[in-house]
Amino acid sequence: MRLSEVTKILEAEILTGGQMDMEIESACGSDLMSDVMAYVKENVLLLTGLVTPQVIRTAEMMDIKAIVFVRGKTPGQNVLELAQEKGISVLRTCDPMFIACGKLYSAGITGKGVW
Amino acid sequence: MADGLMKLHYEIPADDLTYAGEASSSVKKVLVQLGINPVQIKKAAVSMYEAEINAVIHGHGGAADIEIGNGRIFICIEDKGPGIPDLELAMQEGWSTASDEVREMGFGAGMGLPNIKRYADKLDIETETGKGTKVMITVMYPNT
Repeated sequence: MRLSEVTKILEAEILTGGQMDMEIESACGSDLMSDVMAYVKENVLLLTGLVTPQVIRTAEMMDIKAIVFVRGKTPGQNVLELAQEKGISVLRTCDPMFIACGKLYSAGITGKGVW
Repeated sequence: MADGLMKLHYEIPADDLTYAGEASSSVKKVLVQLGINPVQIKKAAVSMYEAEINAVIHGHGGAADIEIGNGRIFICIEDKGPGIPDLELAMQEGWSTASDEVREMGFGAGMGLPNIKRYADKLDIETETGKGTKVMITVMYPNT
């Protein structure tokens, strides 16, 4: 699924980046960054309610190129600047985590990580 | 690089998670420039990042020394923190002594050391209560 479709499904706002033709094969929803780092997959979308710079750092280390902030959370300018610098697209949805994950799963993002 | 090794050194600041990851980010950039395989880069970057976070949140900061060459990425992160009293326990997934503040930043889930073990090809930890901890990570890459 392309990031443009993810944006549509989650009625998300694009905060930075916006490489809308990026292909998403699997997704990881977590507020625990170490759990994210245990998730080994390619073309991963990260959904999180955490809005710290460490989310961007974690994505950088894991080669994650797209992040959705759930529950309408808005990251600070420093977080968005870091994302921009790392070439990471950042979206925001008002959906809570469970609903956002459910919508994407129903739409076909069912790729599984290590568990 | 007389011995064929590239050596890098970084200071890791204490107790400030805002900058935690700067050293790992720099090392990742160098590995990309050297043309090392993305799989090995991810293994090195993630394991170093977790060790760097540990040095910030548990070890009152420290230093990172990296050697790259001859098919091997060697990362040594040393802190002068309180040490790990029970290493076997600390290696278990989910076991954590992190503060609430650290948890609010998305860490402290007790996955740091297990993640390092998962990604490193070789992991050695030297720790002494009251003196500090030295985490040595080796990731091998095919020589080109």
